[in-house]
Amino acid sequence: MQKLITIKQRWQSWFWQVLILLALLSTLGIFARNLVLNLRERGIASGFHFLGQVAGFDLAFHLLSYDHTASFGRMFLLALLNTLLVSFLGIIFASLIGLLVALARLSKNPLLRFLASSYVEVLRNIPLLLQLFFWYFAVLRQLPGPRQSFSLGGYVFLNNRSLAIPFPEDASAAPLLLLGFLVGLILGHYLNRYARRLRIERGSYPIFTLGSFLLPLAVPALFALLFSRHWTLSFPELQGFNFSGGLQLIPEFVSLVLALSLYTAAFISEIIRAGVLSVGSGQLEAAQALGLSRRDSLRLIVLPQAMRVIIPPLSSQYLNLTKNSSLAAAIAFPDLVLVFAGTALNITGQAVELMGLTMLVYLSLSLSISFMMNRYQAQTSRYLGQGGH
Amino acid sequence: MKSFWLGILGFAAIFIYTHAQADTLGEITKRGYIKCGVSQGLAGFSSPDKTGAWRGLDVDFCRALAAATLGDANKVKFTALSAKERFTALQSGEIDILSRNTSWTIVRDASLGVDFVGVIYYDGQGFLVSKKAGVKTAKELNGASICVNLGTTTELNLADYFRSRNLTYKLVTFEKNDEVVAAYDAGRCDAMSSDRSGLYADRSKLKKPDEHIILPETISKEPLGPVVRHGDNRWADIARWTLFALLEAEELKVNSHNLDQLRSSTNPSIRRLLGFEGDLGKNFGLKPDWALQIIKQIGNYQEIYDRHLGKDSPLNIARGQNALWNEGGLQYPMPFR
Repeated sequence: MQKLITIKQRWQSWFWQVLILLALLSTLGIFARNLVLNLRERGIASGFHFLGQVAGFDLAFHLLSYDHTASFGRMFLLALLNTLLVSFLGIIFASLIGLLVALARLSKNPLLRFLASSYVEVLRNIPLLLQLFFWYFAVLRQLPGPRQSFSLGGYVFLNNRSLAIPFPEDASAAPLLLLGFLVGLILGHYLNRYARRLRIERGSYPIFTLGSFLLPLAVPALFALLFSRHWTLSFPELQGFNFSGGLQLIPEFVSLVLALSLYTAAFISEIIRAGVLSVGSGQLEAAQALGLSRRDSLRLIVLPQAMRVIIPPLSSQYLNLTKNSSLAAAIAFPDLVLVFAGTALNITGQAVELMGLTMLVYLSLSLSISFMMNRYQAQTSRYLGQGGH
Repeated sequence: MKSFWLGILGFAAIFIYTHAQADTLGEITKRGYIKCGVSQGLAGFSSPDKTGAWRGLDVDFCRALAAATLGDANKVKFTALSAKERFTALQSGEIDILSRNTSWTIVRDASLGVDFVGVIYYDGQGFLVSKKAGVKTAKELNGASICVNLGTTTELNLADYFRSRNLTYKLVTFEKNDEVVAAYDAGRCDAMSSDRSGLYADRSKLKKPDEHIILPETISKEPLGPVVRHGDNRWADIARWTLFALLEAEELKVNSHNLDQLRSSTNPSIRRLLGFEGDLGKNFGLKPDWALQIIKQIGNYQEIYDRHLGKDSPLNIARGQNALWNEGGLQYPMPFR
């Protein structure tokens, strides 16, 4: 039953809304004008032309190369890539670990349930910063120096400066290997579906389903063999003070990814568990009555329905993880915050522009993640008779 | 409805924009104390002692400023600032003067809206390494991990030094100096780089100070001095001439102990400096005995230096470049006339 309003009331409400909007915009405008005038009067440089100036500092960890003429803009890009890398790896590991822990908590084995519950309770209740400090100061910094590193067969070395592993010397090797890995995953997926179809027809799993797990490793190896003309593997060697060669992962990076993944995984496992429990037990019973194994009924019946409940809080956790990666500033890992709002702020002194830029980047990052998750949510809900989100 | 119109009036009031030279001296006199920005703990320059009172060269400069302007060296409030927030605090007015071992560079002078009023300590960047590394010069540091303070001129100079000699290094940066020292002591890096005076101070904080040496190279110029913000030339003058007063007193051999005897001195320079003749302070709005108060309550540059960095302190750094111009150093007070 709609409430009847007079034309006069409607005009009044519009009038007030427009007035408040104008007041808001003019307040913002006044603040902005005040800011610009003040900066100019005090002789403080303003504007974004520092982005084109030579930066002059180095980064402890960078995915792309740079030289001494690199501008602030290039350093920012590298710092942004670092943040994206940490967030990406953190999201993947946290989801995997969270899924495993959730399934462990739901299993029939009481020991598994107990271990999973303890994991969740301990890691959820300690602040992330403390967990980060624990991994960085209490664990990784206590490792021995390079000259007394732990070594695995003389190929992998662990010390308090880095985790050094052999890695192809050619920079183009990494994307090719990644491509091989993805191709292997896709092939494995189709192999699995074919195997399941055969099982439904014949009643038992054909033997080659084991191959579907090995494909993601076999295909890159195949690529390596085929294209290995200029693929030399570089091995880490102790030269002087540190190791050189191979891939060096600094303890700041390792502890950040570790802390973020383990912490967020505790929350994600609870979300997944809640989602699975939200699906009525009748679904599971009906699936098993139809002859589906427990694993298949979970995968085909329960989890897809649980996704509807899981995705919104899951996307919040992904956003939290991305923003929490800014704690890198506490342990000297060159991420967005440390480079923009730390090093660059100190060198140029332009606090307003740099803070604004940093916040804008985080906002865009978070909005992209939410957008992708909302799309996924809409897709999975489509088949289940419910609207988008 | 009435509150609505009051709100509109309030918005309009923001448009009234007053433009005037700030009067820092007037504000300080009214407030009763100086707001001084110092470091978060650098022995010899500004660090809290066992009772929590601030001590150091930079601290004494601020106290000298208080003695000159307010007549009492204790009327100072110290704010500990990290390297990241020091300029923002000065620009925003949170502090009146930044006395925080800050290097005078062209970028800072030109683009931050601040002015450096002098050099209180001529320094340079050096390296601290462990004796066990067996390194004798900085050129042997190829491939080493080096810990530095985030975003300071140290980080930039390090990049320049290694690049120009085609050497490589692994950078480890931290925001606080304490974190840098802790990382170096734990073995996270092979060497630590900072201003040499800071290295002497930091070495004393290590677990086994005698096992570390400071390499002989000085790879940059780091003239450390106090900083004020744009907008008050008189305040900048007062700060500048306070520093010169400390140096001039040393040059004229005036110190905190012989002040009373000097009342009967016939040396015109001494009489002018201490206000027995003429009134140099009037031009800045200070009392005639402004310089006398500085020397009486704090001492001259030599006394301050010896107390915090020199022979009476655990650091025992030689005067070197910080001696007076007529004793082989670079400190040159301008004429007091």
